[in-house]
This record gives sequence, C-alpha cells and structure tokens, in this order.
Amino acid sequence: MLQSYPEGRKRSAVVPMLIYAQDETGAITPELIEEVAKRCEVAPLQVDEVVGYYSMLHRQPLGKYHVQVCTNISCMLVGGTELYEHACKKLGIGHKEVTADGQFSLEEVECMGACSWAPAVEINYDFHHHVTPERLDQLIEGLRKSN
Amino acid sequence: MPTKLFNEPSPLETRVVSKRFGLANSASLDTYLANDGFKAFLKAREMTPVQIVDELKASSLRGRGGAGFPTGLKWSFVPRTSPKPKYIVINADESEPGTCKDRLLMEYDPHQLIEGILIAGFALDAHKGYLYIRGEYRYLIDHMDRAIAEAYSKGYLGKNIAGTGFDFDLYTHSGAGAYECGEETALLDSLEGKRGIPRMKPPFPAVAGAWASPTLLNNVETFSAVPAIIRDGGAAFAALGTPKNGGTRLVCISGHVNKPGVYELPLGYPMLKAIDEVAGGIPGGKKLKAVVPGGSSCPILKAEECDIPMDYDSLAKVGSMLGSGGMVVMDETTDMVKVALRIMRFYAHESCGWCIPCREGTTWLRKILSRFDEGGGRKEDISLLGELSKNMLGRTFCALGDAAAMPTISIVDKFADDFEKRLSREMVAV
Repeated sequence: MLQSYPEGRKRSAVVPMLIYAQDETGAITPELIEEVAKRCEVAPLQVDEVVGYYSMLHRQPLGKYHVQVCTNISCMLVGGTELYEHACKKLGIGHKEVTADGQFSLEEVECMGACSWAPAVEINYDFHHHVTPERLDQLIEGLRKSN
Repeated sequence: MPTKLFNEPSPLETRVVSKRFGLANSASLDTYLANDGFKAFLKAREMTPVQIVDELKASSLRGRGGAGFPTGLKWSFVPRTSPKPKYIVINADESEPGTCKDRLLMEYDPHQLIEGILIAGFALDAHKGYLYIRGEYRYLIDHMDRAIAEAYSKGYLGKNIAGTGFDFDLYTHSGAGAYECGEETALLDSLEGKRGIPRMKPPFPAVAGAWASPTLLNNVETFSAVPAIIRDGGAAFAALGTPKNGGTRLVCISGHVNKPGVYELPLGYPMLKAIDEVAGGIPGGKKLKAVVPGGSSCPILKAEECDIPMDYDSLAKVGSMLGSGGMVVMDETTDMVKVALRIMRFYAHESCGWCIPCREGTTWLRKILSRFDEGGGRKEDISLLGELSKNMLGRTFCALGDAAAMPTISIVDKFADDFEKRLSREMVAV
C-alpha cells in the first residue's frame, strides 16, 4: 500500500491503512495508531486526529455484523426511517450500540449511494436493496443462524 | 452483488456511457475490447494534447460531479510543462444524497473509466492516477483493483501501454466516510492522509493539487464519457444534448416513482417526461409536489416549475442546478418540514467544522427544524431559517455551506404552508 504513493509521501496511506487495519482488529486502539504512525512515518497525533474525523473509523469494537440503515431523503421517502426504527426494535439497540452478545451493531447512516434501490441497508460491506422490515428480519435471522 | 443495478434498456434512453451495461461479463477487458474498447486511446495517441483538449471543448462536456464546470477548460488549466510530476485524481467519493450512478460505471464498465483516465494522462503528460473511492463502496474498491490488475496483465496499464510508449500507473485509494471529501481540495487532503478539510483557492488543483503538484480532478462519469468523445468526435457527443450542454448523463431517479433507477438521458431531456415516462410516473396516481433536481444540495423545485428541459442552463434559469444527477421525486403527501430537517441533519453531520458559518449554521438550522418537526415551531422561526441560510451563502471555504443553505432557502420559501401548519398550537392561538 505504501508503494502506491510518490516517494516521501507515506502519510498518504494513513486513511486506507486505518480502515483496512480496523477490519482486521475490530477497532482502532492506541497501539494500532502507534503502528500506523510508525509505518507512515508521521506522529501518532497525526493519525489520531484522522481517526476522529472519518465516520467509518471506530475506537470501540462494533458488532460482528454492523447493520447500517440509510434514512437520508431517497430512503426516507420510501420507508427508510420506519426500517431503521424496526431495526432498533429487532436488535434491541439504538444508534451506534452493540448487542450484549457482540454479534450485531446498528447505525443510522447517511446516503450510501443506493438511492434508486431504496430503502437500503449495508451489513458490513454488503449492500441490500429494496429492504422491507420482513426482509431485514430474514437477513438478521440468517446471520444469527450462520453463527 | 444480489441486485442488478441497471434497468432493462429503455427506448427512451440514449446509451453512450452505459452502452455496455448488460453485456455478458461487461466488466471484463475482453468484453470491453470487443465493444470499441481502447480504440479511443489509440486514436488519442495519434493526436496532439491540444487536439484532445479541443475535442473535449467541442463536446461541451461539463463536470458530472456537481459543479458542471466545462471539462475541456479544466484540462486546459493544467500547465503543459511542469518541473513536478502531474497527477490524475478520480473522484469516486459519490456521497451526494440522491446520487448513485458512479457505482454502475465502476461495476459494469471499469475499463471505460480506465481508458478515460489514460487519455487524460496522455493529454496532460501525467503518469500516475489515484482513484479515490468512498469507503462504503468496498466491493467496488476490490472490483476496481481486479479490473486494474487485468488491465496491467494485458498491457493496458503500466509501461509502454498497448505498444504506444506511454506509461501510466493507476491505484485505488479508500476513503473512510466523509461527504466533505467529495469536495476536490478536501479530497486531496484526504488523499494525503489528513482530515478532509477544504483548501483555500487559489491555488487551484490544476496548479498545486495532490502533493502540491499539478493535478487534474474529475468525477468518474466525466472520465467515463471521454472515450466516446474521442472515438466518435466531440461534435457528435455535443449534438446529443443542447447548446453548451453536451451529451448525455446518468440521471438517478429515486423517491416516489414507479420505476426508480439510473437512466442515461440526453442533456435537455424534459424533466416531466423523465418522471412520468422514463421512471413510470408517481405511484397511486398521486400528484407531484416537489423535485430535488440534482442531489440534495440543489434548490428544490415546486411541481409547477418542473416543466423544463434538464440541462445546466435551464436549471440555472429557475434558480437551481443539475448538480450530480440525483433526482429525488416527491409526491403530494410529502411533508416538507421532514425533508428540510433530514437534509439539514445530513449537512450538520457532514460539516467538517473548519469554518464557522457552516459548522454553527447547519447545527442551528437543524435545531430549529427539529423544533418544528416536534410541533414547537414559532412563527419567527420561518424567517429565521431563511435569514440564517442566506447568511451562510458564499461565506464558507467550500460549497458545503451553500449546499446546506440552498435547499433550505428554497424549501422554506416555496413550501411555507407546510411550515405554517406545523407552528406550535400556542403560537397559532396568539
């Protein structure tokens, strides 16, 4: 990854390195920040401030399955808000919370680029389109069973 | 991917950049080569850089990311000679609410995008490109990495491309969730490993962009249109649209329509026809109330303003914009207070916090709109919403402040009734 950037520009790898590392470790810890800083040849604070800025970077672990429900306008017009409320009830958690067993976390997200196939849900990195409450139940039950 | 994202070809569409969607293995290099692929690059190699830029100018292609800046002109701003290396940066940080087209261009025709980037590289004497893709589109980052690897393996990227002596390297770069990074200078800061905060302009990226080097930045759709323009000529592309508004564009229709989808329509296509015929009309025979013409930052249109052709100039005449092509259709049952609030919640969340009118303004507006939504609206809030928004306009580093202000001003102005209805009972009694 570091080799993609021009010479002396290792700092450029900070954002992608953080997100790929988070996928492995589940959360961004102080140790991870130190490691990224070392590899990208910047001060840990320069990595830390980046973590605070981007909404996909998390300091606390998410659930094994991170359920992201879009409620932005295109989704809102066709039931996105109700779908999000349904997800809260189904999982028994709210925005950016994690279930007690650590299996699921929930987030009400901003537009994820699925407007013409709304309402949309992204679970980890998988998009689901035209999602109804029933379909969301099936998806969640399916993931529960797969454990 | 479980869902097929493109619609069955419609006779109402004019498919230029989307013409390969639906072909078997449309993302493979072989399919691309069998369907006009890389012909434009080979043709461009026989042209001078000036001729390539002139062809783009003749096409009247305008940036498909939102601002609509003439692409040929933008390319001509990059200095011909530079002691520093030059870079091509592709904006695939598609985040404008209502917009979902770049996904299709990357998923179904990645090599068309790569060819457009190569032509830009050749025209501007740049040899490295960075494809900045929003983090939520991880499957597309992986998909583009595969397409790029295939292009390298068959000699369409790397050294001496297709035997032409031209070298070019292309890399993907993941974002991590920030609407602001769609703004070109914030994107560059993000690419450099920093918080995505807009830069003071000038200098413009054409002079000092990525790593302070001359940089060309365009949207995925803009680059994807380049091969067809070079192959068939700028004039042919221009002729598909209206004067100064060349070609076709992908229109993402969402909201209250029977057939939401991404459709390729010529510039100047009648908006009502797009809603009623292309997108199958409004469900349940309901009436049209409002349209967001090109992403949530565009001033909203009332139904009676929608009888217009969809091109940059016609939208400007009614005080709005064609933006990023994200058209959100709202029927008569839509509560505009909820729409205004949802839009403002978005901008308040996405404001990078760098400049005060945007950071404080979006939060304040969100609070007022929430109060309305909860039934506590005050009469004076209606004018306050307009006044606050107008004070943000043009007073921020980047366009996010304007993007938050413009829809609010238009919604409050055009749908005052919806707000009047939501005044607190106490206030109505007074």
